[in-house]
Amino acid sequence: MNLEPDLPANHDNHDEARRTFLKQSSLLTGLALVPGPLVAAADSGLDERVAAAFDKIPLTLKVNGVKHKLSVEPRTTLLDLLREQLHLTGTKKGCDYGQCGACTVHVDGQRVNSCLSFAVMHEGQEITTIEGLANGDKLHPMQEAFVKHDGFQCGYCTPGQIMSAVACVREGRAGSEGEIREYMSGNICRCGAYTNIVAAIQDVKQGGQKV
Amino acid sequence: MNQFQYVRAAKPQAAIDAVASDANAKFIAGGTNLVDLMKRGVMTPQKLVDINRLPFNKIEREGNGLRIGALALNSAVADDKQVRERQPLLALALNAGASGQLRNMATVGGNMLQRTRCAYFYDITMPCNKREPGTGCGALEGINRMHAIFGFSDKCIAVHPSDMSVALVALDATVLVSGPKGDRRIAFADLHRLPGDAPEKDTTLAAGELITAVDVPDGPFTKHVHYQKVRERASYAFALLSVAAALDLDGTTIKGARLAMGGVAHKPWRLTAAEQYLVGKPATEETFRQAAAVAMQGAKAFKHNAYKLRLGPNTIVQALKTAAAA
Repeated sequence: MNLEPDLPANHDNHDEARRTFLKQSSLLTGLALVPGPLVAAADSGLDERVAAAFDKIPLTLKVNGVKHKLSVEPRTTLLDLLREQLHLTGTKKGCDYGQCGACTVHVDGQRVNSCLSFAVMHEGQEITTIEGLANGDKLHPMQEAFVKHDGFQCGYCTPGQIMSAVACVREGRAGSEGEIREYMSGNICRCGAYTNIVAAIQDVKQGGQKV
Repeated sequence: MNQFQYVRAAKPQAAIDAVASDANAKFIAGGTNLVDLMKRGVMTPQKLVDINRLPFNKIEREGNGLRIGALALNSAVADDKQVRERQPLLALALNAGASGQLRNMATVGGNMLQRTRCAYFYDITMPCNKREPGTGCGALEGINRMHAIFGFSDKCIAVHPSDMSVALVALDATVLVSGPKGDRRIAFADLHRLPGDAPEKDTTLAAGELITAVDVPDGPFTKHVHYQKVRERASYAFALLSVAAALDLDGTTIKGARLAMGGVAHKPWRLTAAEQYLVGKPATEETFRQAAAVAMQGAKAFKHNAYKLRLGPNTIVQALKTAAAA
């Protein structure tokens, strides 16, 4: 199998896509749409030399309490932004298709799959990743419980499991083993640590600590 | 993934105009299906119009029913007090779908408009009339375990994957739409279409039409309801087959019934003949068995999905029994 990408051909495709994109951009004229800078530029008429600057869109996000002013391509997912631009690699890329839950983060306090969301759609929102859960050196109670109950083997799904588990308790869906299993079903663990994950969540729930 | 232009709509009309005037533009809300399809190259829009800032996320009383905004999240609807009290079947169906994370992203409008999970549709190396009209249907003679037993054509045997839609069709919901030619209302049963000769069209929406809300009329189906979903693992999987059942009981006599199936057709499949059969009969397993036989009339299986011909009636009976006992 040829594993080397055909670089010249890819480059041509990219250029073709870019040209199409630029043509589309000029159609934007007159729409009452944000973001402002893009529309303003469109109103003034776009040519290909100018438009290249708008491949990236400005984006302001708060991640783990820190405000970031960023610039992203529209097709960058929230997951890729976190990992590759902000170097917050605690959030994992498992399937990249919303089927495994390894990429789970909180957006404005709600758990979501960061792989199925474009970063630009989160303008002004607050993101919490696994790196933002602990309080300095003091682990979050759910992190403590996963350690105590051995809620992992290889650990790859663990950040997503923990982010989902915290949300599960906050949502009031950790009332029984059955309810935990149902409401944690969006997080797959191929090592099969489910029994211990459920035990960790029950421990936190019953311990009554603030999560 | 292909490059695309991203615009954020501040007003509904701007969003509608942007999509109506450009065949390569799409609305995006939760994105849970569209982003997935774009990553796989199944859909390649050149422009995405983000509608998340539009004011369509309320759940409120409207006339004799609930008006649920198209941008209300699946989790918000399933947890809403009014929905749980007045339309518990809808809450059950929503919670049977996807995962906690996805329900926090997926909107009501997007849930209705999600595409089939037919593996041939998803695999761009395979023929699929829905993805690429005229290329043939890979599932017809292929692996068709998940596929339709009702309403299919020789062009497409895919099924609609939404659980929520099965409840909404049973509950006589109405979809509110705004488009380039103004506003209109569509009976939920008429929103999705059968494949016929044009399986590339999932719905009866015109270009640029935007779903703004769904109206769910009040009814007597507040207690004896059940959503029975059969899948290959306990949770977080698409239905092999599902049944939404609602009964209005006077003692043990059935005054009214609603019944719909998922995972069996290109659209959520309302079982009106079976509903009519149930009315006036005692709520017994024998009645339910007879109604299931009525419901399954005209079903036809393919090589790998003949199990649905038995699973269908059994699931109907189970759903009705559970609803009656609720």
